[in-house]
Amino acid sequence: MSGMVGTTAGREGPAGDLRLANLTKRFGAVTAVDDLSLTVPQGSFFALLGPSGCGKTTTLRMIAGLEEPTGGQVLLGERDVTRLRPYKRPVNTVFQSYALFPHLDVFENVAFGLRRRGIRSVDDEVMGMLALVQLDDHGHRRPAQLSGGQQQRVALARALVNRPQVLLLDEPLGALDLTLRRRMQLELKRIQAEVGSTFVHVTHDQEEAMTMADTVAVLNVGRIEQLGAPADLYEYPATAFVANFLGQSNLLTGEASGGGGNEVAVSAHGRRFSVPAGRARVDRGPVHLGVRPEKLHLVDSADQVPAGCQHVAGVVTDAAYVGVSTQYLLRTGWGGELTAFVANSGATGPLPVGARAVAYWDPRHAFLLSREPGDAHLSTPARNEPVGTPS
Amino acid sequence: MISRWLVDRWVTGVALLVLGYLLLPIAVVAALSFNRPSSRLSYDFAEFTLDNWRNPCATSDMCDAVLRSVQIGFIATVLATVLGTLMAFALARHRFRGRSAINVLIFLPMATPELVMGTSLLALFVSAGVPQGFWSIVVAHVTFCVSFVVVTVRARLAGMDSRLEEAAMDLYASEWQTFRRVTLPLALPGIVAAALLAFSLSFDDFIVTNFNAGTTVTFPMYVWGAAQRGIPPQVNVVGTAMFVLALLLVLATTLRGRRTRRTS
Repeated sequence: MSGMVGTTAGREGPAGDLRLANLTKRFGAVTAVDDLSLTVPQGSFFALLGPSGCGKTTTLRMIAGLEEPTGGQVLLGERDVTRLRPYKRPVNTVFQSYALFPHLDVFENVAFGLRRRGIRSVDDEVMGMLALVQLDDHGHRRPAQLSGGQQQRVALARALVNRPQVLLLDEPLGALDLTLRRRMQLELKRIQAEVGSTFVHVTHDQEEAMTMADTVAVLNVGRIEQLGAPADLYEYPATAFVANFLGQSNLLTGEASGGGGNEVAVSAHGRRFSVPAGRARVDRGPVHLGVRPEKLHLVDSADQVPAGCQHVAGVVTDAAYVGVSTQYLLRTGWGGELTAFVANSGATGPLPVGARAVAYWDPRHAFLLSREPGDAHLSTPARNEPVGTPS
Repeated sequence: MISRWLVDRWVTGVALLVLGYLLLPIAVVAALSFNRPSSRLSYDFAEFTLDNWRNPCATSDMCDAVLRSVQIGFIATVLATVLGTLMAFALARHRFRGRSAINVLIFLPMATPELVMGTSLLALFVSAGVPQGFWSIVVAHVTFCVSFVVVTVRARLAGMDSRLEEAAMDLYASEWQTFRRVTLPLALPGIVAAALLAFSLSFDDFIVTNFNAGTTVTFPMYVWGAAQRGIPPQVNVVGTAMFVLALLLVLATTLRGRRTRRTS
């Protein structure tokens, strides 16, 4: 049986990136994945980030072979695996629900893939892998006797023991509590560095994606909104969706009127602002002027604003103390709302609700996004919008 | 204090009463298996003896009937379990035309009075020219056992996570290996339960069998016939033995379940 499963390809096979080319999946009239193309370099930690229903799990299932694409290709190196059965791909999955075999003990769960490929002496590899996930003394337990975190590690060991070219992780940390999730995130990073496989991690948790992945692709309704390193995505988002899905953003609705040289002039709510040309996705037409809440600084009056900074005046309508910082809500003169995170470093005293305040920012921290004409509702992110926090 | 004591124990008391009610007939049968009756038609406990147990086949035609019932039960169980399991898989795993109709039809043999089933099978066999006897009984038993097997196995499959099979395929198991290593072991308790159910249904069926047996005599038919002219005490031996066998099976499964839970 082992002959039909490319054992060598999975172990020391040729170097190969994972490439998705125009991958499309339709369920009836619904397009789950829409003409998706991307390359995941070999050995990298790649995150597919998006809200539920954005097509990220469907993409993962197509890479695993559990779902057949309507169109497009899945390539591993030069090899087209689009039509291969799941058991013929050097790809393994850690399922969201772990899907451990309840009738087998931990050892046999981990040994399952090796045995199916006809490998006889599995003890060393299985025990080594169990040691890697720190479960070497749990080999004879049944999955039902393990905690959630332990089950998660068994699922990981069961996939990794096969030394897959690509390891797929389908929200594997979703069922764990916050502290355990943090620990597992670090552990996953460590293990990935140790085994060197390509990891493709699907998640809706932007913090998880940013802490773990080298590259993040933000998916929305079956399409990639933006792809890049976590810091690039956060500091210079490409679309309003990314700006608000990855952390929070204050987006002011305005019109860009081009401008000479290094600056793009923007008029918004009767005020004039400018953004460095290098931080503008467009230089004329309807735009969103974006500033991250932690990049906004609050002072009492306009004459305290440092030179070169731009500002908006308003009234504090809410102040939420969250330990490391205080989150202020500022109502502006035109009725919009700005969110500002001020670090509780002790440099400035707390501002009471009802106080007049001026919010200023360095234009080099602002960004300019194109806006569909008439699409202004994003300018004031609601306070309780679950941006940045997984539901 | 007395009332408190009563309140604490009344559930146990009622449970014991119900259990006693259920087990009393079996206790009587077990007691009578050790009886040396004073006359053929007497059911009184006259004298303790082990003769009936030492010599269960004293009335030879009874043992023939028991053997025949076991054979029929075995063949019918195998056929019904195989057919019913395949059907349960089809119903639980696949979408096809007529699936919901089959889901309803499968309950019909269970809901049909045995009398109706017996007469209609008789009419069928006679009009089709099928000789009455051993094999017509087997066919009749398979007919009503299949429904019970389908329902039992399907319930087990419905509770099974289909992602386990995806996980197996993801871990290099071909379709056949997935079935052999994951699906079958997980469905097995349901299949075994269904087989045991089918056997006990077949073994003690009287009504349907009576219509389709021709001159063949199964154990229930033998007991019925014997009741007219005095039941030989060996019948009680067979009854008690069947009960003890079933009890041992249940105990063994329970103990095994408990041990695997403890050791693993």
